[in-house]
Amino acid sequence: MKFKKVLLGLAVVACTASAQAATTLETIKEKGYLQCGVSQGLPGFSNPDDKGNWTGLDVDYCRALAAAIFGDAEKVRFTPLSAKERFTALSSGEIDVLSRNTTWSMTRDTQLGLNFVGVTYYDGQGMMVPKSLGATSAKELDGAKICVNTGTTTELNITDYFKTHNMGFELVAFEKSDEVIAAYGAGRCDVYTTDRSGVAAERLKLANPDDHMVLPEIISKEPLGPVVRQGDDQWFNIGRWVYYALLNAEEFGITSANVDEMANSENPEIKRFLGKDDSKFGEGIGLGNDWAYNIVKLVGNYGEIYDRNVGPDTPLKLERGVNALWTEGGIQYAPPVR
Amino acid sequence: MQEDTVRQQSIINKLLYNSTWRGWLFQALVLLGLLGFFSWIIYNTVSNLQRLDKKSGFDFLSQRAGFEILDSPGVRLMDYAPGVSTYLDVFWVGAINTITVAILGIIAATLLGFLIGVMRLSRNRIFSAVATVYVEIFRNIPLLLQLFFWYFFALRAVPELRERWSLFGGLGGINKSGLYLPAPVFEQGFGYVALAFVLGVAGCWLYARFATARQFATGRRPPTLPVYLLLLIGIPLVVFLVQGSPLSWELPVFKEDGPILRRGYQADAGMVLKPEFIGLWLALSLYTASFIAEIVRAGILAVPHGQTEASQALGLSGGMAQRLIIIPQALRVIVPPLTSQFLNLTKNSSLAVAIAYPDIVSVFAGTALNQIGQEIEMIFMMMMLYLILSLLTSLFMNWFNARIRLVER
Ligand SMILES: N[C@@H](CCC(=O)N[C@@H](CS)C(=O)NCC(=O)O)C(=O)O
Repeated sequence: MKFKKVLLGLAVVACTASAQAATTLETIKEKGYLQCGVSQGLPGFSNPDDKGNWTGLDVDYCRALAAAIFGDAEKVRFTPLSAKERFTALSSGEIDVLSRNTTWSMTRDTQLGLNFVGVTYYDGQGMMVPKSLGATSAKELDGAKICVNTGTTTELNITDYFKTHNMGFELVAFEKSDEVIAAYGAGRCDVYTTDRSGVAAERLKLANPDDHMVLPEIISKEPLGPVVRQGDDQWFNIGRWVYYALLNAEEFGITSANVDEMANSENPEIKRFLGKDDSKFGEGIGLGNDWAYNIVKLVGNYGEIYDRNVGPDTPLKLERGVNALWTEGGIQYAPPVR
Repeated sequence: MQEDTVRQQSIINKLLYNSTWRGWLFQALVLLGLLGFFSWIIYNTVSNLQRLDKKSGFDFLSQRAGFEILDSPGVRLMDYAPGVSTYLDVFWVGAINTITVAILGIIAATLLGFLIGVMRLSRNRIFSAVATVYVEIFRNIPLLLQLFFWYFFALRAVPELRERWSLFGGLGGINKSGLYLPAPVFEQGFGYVALAFVLGVAGCWLYARFATARQFATGRRPPTLPVYLLLLIGIPLVVFLVQGSPLSWELPVFKEDGPILRRGYQADAGMVLKPEFIGLWLALSLYTASFIAEIVRAGILAVPHGQTEASQALGLSGGMAQRLIIIPQALRVIVPPLTSQFLNLTKNSSLAVAIAYPDIVSVFAGTALNQIGQEIEMIFMMMMLYLILSLLTSLFMNWFNARIRLVER
């Protein structure tokens, strides 16, 4: 009996050993869905609605990825992760891609065995205080008690900022952002701080959002973007070009509404992009040649995604600002498909 | 030729059908399999780490840590300062915080658990009803929910950061930033007082042995209480006075004016219990106490009623019967399961990060791990810490258990 078990064990081991060698794309295709790491609920970026459907900018990136791979934007499953758990979940293989308002920093890019594919949202760290505090600038915060998330760039930046300005402070660090904002709401802290987009989102969770204001200072650069494991160049390329496809589509003026019309366009760039000539860009990265068509058709272009999740007409009310295309005065810029 | 095959067959037969041989054979195979399995895991891990281009080893421990940690016993003891302290210091800060809340939680849970357990057996209906309700509530609600309840309940209940409730005639106070108390400041010469007290404890132990010996010899126990009081309080007090009262108190400072953020309790004066600590400590103690209460109740019920009757027949008073007959026997039943409750409490303290208490999981597996990214090494260190804490607890409880064991003749 025991002996049989050992043999069985060895067989299992041998099988997993060979499975290890498969590429990320192959494994995903075999599974039939993409496993995408998101936040535990950050409106505008990744947030489950009351029916359990995920929405948000980070979520739509994963849907675009699924559309490119499967031609079906629904073939994706979401794993909610706290800031503290996210990198371990990615490097252990629990998820295929991490799309969770994650800041691209040198440590994360070079020390953790991970690669950032691009910047889907340029952000910076902001601070929120109760209006009753009477503060108008972050420089007046000497002695403040500050609530943050553990395992974020936020908790590091804040230490730097207060040190630079020679101010004292107390840092109260929670694992989950629901508790961070609840503790701030309960009066434990004078300041709530995270990425500005996050501040805008979390502020809506307060009992009286209008009693709180965001200070003008932006104390850091927070380029947020999707992350993949290092060492699989094909998967990295797919991740990166799906993001570029979203930008290029917007630049060409291709939207989910007009993509079929555009597919008949005589413009050679657009034809190439949508896979309507005989160039094989999709196959080059292991996908079908209609990869970009599927992304735009099923999910939309970057501008559409932005507007429906975080733009001025959403509760978050975030202007495009630096996240506009380079042609519109922003810094979102994608290399050409050619 | 023929003989050879027969011999070979008999060896195989021996291996397969002789139970001793077969046992050895299978054990060797299992061992081989295990070795193979572990070397495969290690090989796989190392090559995966290489493929991801990840660092390994413990060099990171001497790197400096750039983040702030909430004021806590670990931060004070290690003199932790961002930008100066190393990741090894961060480990110790977390470890000390975990150990502190575990020890204080074990003490509180044990005292409360014994109280509730005895109350449940009380003949007073109200007492036993209260105890029953307590046990059923605290045992049946998940600890994490209790943690949030106590933390946010406490936060909502007390005054804002720049207001306070005074306690002990203004010597202490409480608000959303914590419970502030006077901090003892030990001055030169206090060491002698401590020494006198330690000697006093040793003296008490010797005197107790002497008293027991006398009791066996003469049937009468010499007075003990006055001697104990003299040794434990009297003599240390005299030393304290002779040394010129080498103990003073640092009072918390509450500022009512100045810039608004600088008002309220000042960070560097007095002793403070942060809401995060209080919430965790309270939740762990109350939760574990409900289990301990049941263990105590079961322990006492396990002592046959005949024992009580027998001690009455011998003329022991109710209190003496409890102290000399019932409790020592009940303890033998209570101590082993009590040990596992202590271990549970220690491990449950890892929920701390949910309410921002900087325990080992929060600072080391949270903040530090996100900086360094060496999961294997860091989780290993943390596992070792919990393992050592658990082993020490078990060791101590086993020793205690051996002491109170029934000595059979
Ligand atoms: N961009 C920062 C902060 C990311 C972060 O965790 N932010 C919090 C606060 S906005 C969050 O995402 N909370 C949502 C959640 O935990 O589910 C980083 O990458 O370290």
